[in-house]
Amino acid sequence: MKSLTLELNDVKISHHVEPRETLADFLRERCRLTATHLGCEHGACGSCTVVVDGKAARSCLRLAIMCGESKVQTLEGMEDDTVMGLLRQHFHHGHALQCGFCTSGMLLMARDILLRISEPDAETVRQQLSGHICRCTGYANIVSAIVAAGKEMADAKT
Amino acid sequence: MKASSFDYVAPKTVADASTSLATANATTAAIAGGQSLLPMLNLRVAQPDIVVDLGGLEELKEMSVASDTVRIGALTTHASIEDGLFADVFGGFIQKVASKISYRAIRHFGTIGGSVALADPAADWPGCLMALGAIVRVSGQNGVRSEPIRDFVQGQYQTSLKPDEIIVGFDIPRPAASLNWGVHKVVRKSGAFANSIAFAVSQGRGGPASVVLAAAASRPYVLLKVIEQIATGQISDGALRAAIAEDVAPLVPKGDDYLMRLHTSTVLRAVREMQSK
Repeated sequence: MKSLTLELNDVKISHHVEPRETLADFLRERCRLTATHLGCEHGACGSCTVVVDGKAARSCLRLAIMCGESKVQTLEGMEDDTVMGLLRQHFHHGHALQCGFCTSGMLLMARDILLRISEPDAETVRQQLSGHICRCTGYANIVSAIVAAGKEMADAKT
Repeated sequence: MKASSFDYVAPKTVADASTSLATANATTAAIAGGQSLLPMLNLRVAQPDIVVDLGGLEELKEMSVASDTVRIGALTTHASIEDGLFADVFGGFIQKVASKISYRAIRHFGTIGGSVALADPAADWPGCLMALGAIVRVSGQNGVRSEPIRDFVQGQYQTSLKPDEIIVGFDIPRPAASLNWGVHKVVRKSGAFANSIAFAVSQGRGGPASVVLAAAASRPYVLLKVIEQIATGQISDGALRAAIAEDVAPLVPKGDDYLMRLHTSTVLRAVREMQSK
């Protein structure tokens, strides 16, 4: 076991971890933060997406031990985030989820997209979201919700 | 699945990293962004005794633009190149290549050095850097050495790296004239590894060209017949197709018409895009 200190959802925490533990397992099993879902565990499905040092990351493809001194944010830490608030609202209104398994990853990637690209159109969102799998195939509503949130963000700025 | 147990070290110097990687009676694996190693660890395709984290090595982040050479550190992420690092020097070429690698969340952490060290035959960087004539800088217990990437990448997941060696970065000759380029990639779905990917660059319009095809064989190949054909100025579709066929036929299984057509089309499109600039 090795000691690990990181900032998780704005709180500095320390834990002992096994080197082989992924960030996803660390979050779910040690920190009991289960909004981060594990699907494929090899980077193909996107459901384990979190934010590491401000960038969307696959938490199944980061060793927890590599995140020492990093800032990690999960969906649980996004309660007061303005962009996430907007996305939550549009996902709700636009019925952008069915079973919900992929939703936390979709939301965090959607936030990453909206922070990088102003007012993305549906094609851009589809391209940017292509690393995320929804097996209910609710893509149409997910894409529209993100496009709508992006529009509202742009309108709010003007 | 979950990775099997291993020890983890995060050296602060290249010398220490070298020593750890060469640990006697142990299998070791270097990790940079981890975007290829982690899947292999999770699937237990790789079961190293020690994982050596290169993330803290400042030398691998070194970056510079001199009059004749552009130096890119091995730890440079795909995302930072996609976001415009050295975009102007290469006329947007490496930016375009970076933007097509996997997905953004992977590009945030995956590194150019890691991609070349893994040497996946279908990867984007080895072929791109070959087209640009890049030199790989490698550091190990016997010091630093440089090797053209054409020789460095030897086959499927095979490079000339010794167990104690680490890629420090790449020196790319700075284009003398504005770089004309084309790249065409065929994938089953966005973000997947290429089924075929071709790179074509020339220094200025009509300047000496370099054309590379990856994902066709165990490693990317420079297409010498195609380059010769372009140099003659006879660049009708028919002439180029004949040259491509000569270069590509030895790389694909005999009689596989689909693969011949696939690779012919990616090479032709890359060359045409280069010529259109």
